[in-house]
Amino acid sequence: MRLRIRQNLLTCIPLLLSMAVWLPLAFLVSGSLSGKQEISELLGPSLISGKEGYADWNLFPQYPTLRSYVELLLDSPEFFVMFWNSLWLTAGSLVGQLLVALPAAWWFARAGTRFGRWLFTAYIILMIMPFQVTMVSNYFALNTAGLLDTHWSIVLPMTFSTFPVYIMYRFFKAIPQSMIEAAQIDGASNFQIFFHIGLPLGKAGIASAMVLGFLEYWNLIEQPMTFLKTKSRWPLSLFLPEVSAANLGILFAASVIILFPSILVFLFGQEYLEKGLAGSGVKE
Amino acid sequence: MLIHMRKILKNIPIIKAIRTTGLNRQRGVGICFLLPSLLGICWFVLFPFADVVRRSFLSATGTHLTGLENYKVVLSNEAFRLAAGNTARFFLVCVPLLLVFSLGLAAMLHHIPRHTGVFKTLFLIPMAVPVASIVLLWRTLFNDQGLINGWIVGLGGSGISFMGSSTAFSVLVGSYIWKNLGYDVILWLAGLVGIPESQYDAAKVDGAGAIRIFWHITLPNLFPSLYTILVLSLINAFKVFREAYLVAGNYPHESIYLLQHLFNNWFRELSMDKLYAAAVMVALAVLVLILILRRIFDNEG
Repeated sequence: MRLRIRQNLLTCIPLLLSMAVWLPLAFLVSGSLSGKQEISELLGPSLISGKEGYADWNLFPQYPTLRSYVELLLDSPEFFVMFWNSLWLTAGSLVGQLLVALPAAWWFARAGTRFGRWLFTAYIILMIMPFQVTMVSNYFALNTAGLLDTHWSIVLPMTFSTFPVYIMYRFFKAIPQSMIEAAQIDGASNFQIFFHIGLPLGKAGIASAMVLGFLEYWNLIEQPMTFLKTKSRWPLSLFLPEVSAANLGILFAASVIILFPSILVFLFGQEYLEKGLAGSGVKE
Repeated sequence: MLIHMRKILKNIPIIKAIRTTGLNRQRGVGICFLLPSLLGICWFVLFPFADVVRRSFLSATGTHLTGLENYKVVLSNEAFRLAAGNTARFFLVCVPLLLVFSLGLAAMLHHIPRHTGVFKTLFLIPMAVPVASIVLLWRTLFNDQGLINGWIVGLGGSGISFMGSSTAFSVLVGSYIWKNLGYDVILWLAGLVGIPESQYDAAKVDGAGAIRIFWHITLPNLFPSLYTILVLSLINAFKVFREAYLVAGNYPHESIYLLQHLFNNWFRELSMDKLYAAAVMVALAVLVLILILRRIFDNEG
């Protein structure tokens, strides 16, 4: 009996805390479904300058409508452009990482030399360095290559990011050495071992690096702000500051649409996301 | 002919050295797996950073050597002091808070295994929410005429200027914890699951209470995970600039003016000489911090 009460109490606290998670999402969705009039009356004071009073909020809109979505999708061509920009930046970075970080992670997991361990430490340090430290360096390299103000200026530096190397390394490292030796005795080449043992067994690691990468690159702010001058090349993450606050409905609809792919990837990839996080939490 | 060439190549000292250090195919795997990544990092980060270090000792025009002049200018720059101080303060406040909260929550979830899955999903969602989506909420909540002030005034209090006063700092800490709580909970849970049940049983047999068990068994066992959790929380702490920027723009209240704002503003104003020196100093600070952390955790963990 005492145990049950304790269990229920223990469930209550996280349950209350989780309100902090779903209430914000409910806020965005209900905002996007509210009519123009309703939302500017309710939230106008806080989001449109020069309005009297204080903001207010209803969990359920009085007259739910999809008008904001229709308006956003039909009348704002720049939103589509930015959506595709985001998609291309994210997909490009992830494909680049598959081509570059994936084999590198395999090498680090398998080489096991002193040089390898030393270099891996250097990779980890690079991983921790904030963007602002490497910003100027990246800028020089991109400038020399003539890539500034193109999408390559985002995709290429991301391709060489060391974070996915770190995540995938953990999973490759877990493959037993005896398995690889057996394949070597059977005469398998390095590439055969990589493709027939490494890739299938490291699948979870690759997936977690991709899920973590997607959530990160869908959310880029600093990089496009620094390297992309032309606004038509900007990703969605910079959409909000660009739209005047006058049409709140559109802002809310845009917020929900920006959120959607992220939540989708999250729900489908949660298992891998957790594995990736948990795997990275264990010290070498 | 080809075999002959290979023999000659093998005997060249540098190639010999590479082969004998274990980069050859018998002992490891082909270095060609690593090369694309290594070359890219050299081209995009390492070589240009070496150039940044060189330029940090030159005058703004890059023509003559000025020694440590740039560093002196940056260190005596008021904006830099403010930003560096704020950033350090932010890290010192938000990272320990996040670690403690997430550990507490993880320990709770660990005791209700039936519901752990649901809560994991719930608490991880903020990690997936793009800043661009949630920024409307932050603005609505913390505006001078926002929701929270509306409630305060409704209850008979007087409104607070959240983003226009030093409370902006707390708002930023709050949004960091909101976003990263689930991330750290998962990391702690991974550590908690790894603690052998037998240790707990032994302690219970000895009559230890819940608090003593937590203090003497759980915490020491979690210590090795702490390093990575700390490092990942630090990485994420740098990213809080996104919230700060989208909510308050390039020049927020001075309590949340971070190094990231400063770097951006100097970059826009093309104050490159200051930027070089500042980048080198921040890189050094981060490097020293990592080395100290590694030291601590290598000795004890």
